[in-house]
Amino acid sequence: MARRSTKSIRNWARGVAYRYVPMMITCQEFEDFVIAYLEGELPRRQTVVFELHLKVCRECRDYLTSYKRTIEVSKRAFQEPGQQIPDEVPEDLVRAILAARQA
Amino acid sequence: MAALQAGDDNAAETLVRTHAPRMLGVATRVLGDRALAEDCVQEAFVNAFRKIGDFEQRSSLSSWLRRIVVNQALMKLRSRKAKAETSIDALMPIFDGDACRIEPAWPHLATPDEICEHADRRALVLAKIAELPDSYRIILKLRDIEEMSSREVSELLNLSEGNIRVRLHRARAALKVLLEPILKGEE
Repeated sequence: MARRSTKSIRNWARGVAYRYVPMMITCQEFEDFVIAYLEGELPRRQTVVFELHLKVCRECRDYLTSYKRTIEVSKRAFQEPGQQIPDEVPEDLVRAILAARQA
Repeated sequence: MAALQAGDDNAAETLVRTHAPRMLGVATRVLGDRALAEDCVQEAFVNAFRKIGDFEQRSSLSSWLRRIVVNQALMKLRSRKAKAETSIDALMPIFDGDACRIEPAWPHLATPDEICEHADRRALVLAKIAELPDSYRIILKLRDIEEMSSREVSELLNLSEGNIRVRLHRARAALKVLLEPILKGEE
């Protein structure tokens, strides 16, 4: 019979706990709630369940932290020079738009 | 507004000078190409002047114009030679047979400042975003960068709000994996 490694025994125990302990959800179920949670659209009871999972699961905590950081970094990369709203639009573009309006 | 709807030239010029910078910013971010963005803004204004009589002021003028320019940018993206989309399945979160997440530990997570103060790392972030297939990248840009609501994006793309959320989540999850070496400070 194949022997389970310490790591897989730990994951098996996590899986059992998340599945059978009241108010717990599995990591896969947690995944389905991520976007609604971040948008503040999870009902209160589901929010409690989601945050309880977050407290006990290192993997989902790290996942969610790096997921949120990904959003922040993307936003920031687009706010840098060259990606921001230009201060001025080239005069020839303004002229071209106004000329096209008359056409 | 009345002057604009009556076709007044001065009102038209004021409209262009007031709103073109913001529209050019949006188009540049969506298209990733300044020259293409300028064409797009010109076409968007032509459309706006054509439709200004129908503008009912249910939304602000600037959000109405933003919708028009995004729509124009999307048309430009669609008209480019369609590339076969690569799957992002390999970048999705991984779970074991017990529905437990397999996620490496993140002992260090670089801040947006740490990353974006270096032009090369910032360029790498933009390049990683550009690697996402169109159908995910566009939604990520409209939701996370342009900060449009799921409803606005769903109307623009003719997709359900649920579909937009699923794609947004998949796009963010895939980008997280693509950015992992940068976020961990390894690149």
